[in-house]
Amino acid sequence: MVEFTLPKNSKPTKGKSYPAPAGAKNVKRFDVYRYDPDTDANPHIDSYDVDMDTCGPMVLDALLKIKDEMDQTLTLRRSCREGICGSCSMNIDGGNTLACLKPIEDCKGAVKVYPLPHMPVIKDLVPDLTHVYAQYTSIEPWMKTDTPPPSSGERLQSPEEREKLDGLWECILCFCCSTSCPSYWWNGDRYLGPAILLQAARWINDSRDEATGERLDNLEDPFRLYRCHTIMNCTNTCPKGLNPAKAIADIKMKLVERAG
Amino acid sequence: MFAPENLRSPLARARGLGSAKSGLHHWWLQRLSSLALIPLTVWFVASLVGLAGTGYETFTAWLGSPVNCTLMILFLGVGLHHADAGMQVVLEDYVASHGLRIGSIILVKLLCYGLAAFGIVSTLIVTFGV
Repeated sequence: MVEFTLPKNSKPTKGKSYPAPAGAKNVKRFDVYRYDPDTDANPHIDSYDVDMDTCGPMVLDALLKIKDEMDQTLTLRRSCREGICGSCSMNIDGGNTLACLKPIEDCKGAVKVYPLPHMPVIKDLVPDLTHVYAQYTSIEPWMKTDTPPPSSGERLQSPEEREKLDGLWECILCFCCSTSCPSYWWNGDRYLGPAILLQAARWINDSRDEATGERLDNLEDPFRLYRCHTIMNCTNTCPKGLNPAKAIADIKMKLVERAG
Repeated sequence: MFAPENLRSPLARARGLGSAKSGLHHWWLQRLSSLALIPLTVWFVASLVGLAGTGYETFTAWLGSPVNCTLMILFLGVGLHHADAGMQVVLEDYVASHGLRIGSIILVKLLCYGLAAFGIVSTLIVTFGV
C-alpha cells in the first residue's frame, strides 16, 4: 500500500548545531538532512549558522561554504554551479529545485535542505538514481532510423520541425519533476514519471526519427504512461521552466490520433 | 534501486514485463463519459428538484416518457461506467499488492455493472409498467 509516513528507521532526528564564527553579524540558518550509511542510526537534521557576509547568493554557495569551512563530512552532488548539469537537484524550502539556481534570499527563516523526495538515499543529499537512469535507457533515447543517412551526411529538418523540439531538448535530467510527482512516489517502479516521458516526447516529436509508432507502442500502458493524472507538480517545480505535463498530454493525444 | 530485491539488472527491472499496449481505451472512455455526465447530471438533478414533493403517479408518468426513460438509462450506464473506470484508477494508484489490486478491481466491476443492470431493468419495468 501507499506509505503516508516514513518507515521507522527513516524518520529524521535532531542532529548537531554548528554556530556561526564569532563576530558574524548577518547569519542565516541551514537545516540539512544527514544520513550516514555506515552507521545504523536514523537520519538526522544538522543546523549550520552561516555568515552571509562571506557567502555567495545561492543555496549551493552556502552548502559548499559549509563543506569547506564548517563540516567536511557533508555529502552532495554538484558540478557546473550554473543550472546546466542537473547534479545539485534537491529539496530546498519544501520544493525540488537546483541548489545552484535557488537564491538564499527567497527562503524565509531557516533554509531546509533535503535530498530529492521518495528516492533511496545513498548518503546525505545524494539520492540513488539507478532506477530512473534505467528507465531513461528503456525509452531508447537516441535517433532510430531504417533509412541510411543521405550522402551529405545530415538528416535535414525544417525550422518548423525543429521548433517542435523546443521545450523538450532543454531538459537536463535533474529529476526534480519525477521526484515531485505523487504518482511517481507510489508507482515509480513501473510509471516512467514526467522526466522520462518528456524525454520520450522529445524523440516522438523529432521529425528525423523513424520509430514513432514503436515508441508509442512501448508507452501505451496503464502504468508506464497513464499513471499521470495531470497533478502538475512536475511543471510547477521544473527549475528550467519546462512543461513535462504538456509533453505527457501530447503523447496521450498522439495515441488518440493514432487510434482513429 | 539502492537495495535491489533481486539480481536482475536495473534495465531488466525498468523494462519489467514490457508494455501492456493498452490503456488508451480506458483513458479515452473515462474522458468521454465525464463529458457526457455534465448534461446528464444537470438533467438528473433538475428533474429530481422538479419532482420533489410530487407523488408516485407523477413520477412513474415522468419516467414513462421515452425521453426521460432514455436519459435515465444513459445516466445509469454512463455514470456507473465512469465510477468503475475512476475506481480502477484509484486502486491501481494506491494498492501495490497485485492480488489485492486485481481482487478489488473485480469487486468494483461487479458492483458497478450489477447496479447499472439493476437500475436499467428497474427503469424499464416502471416505464413499461410490467
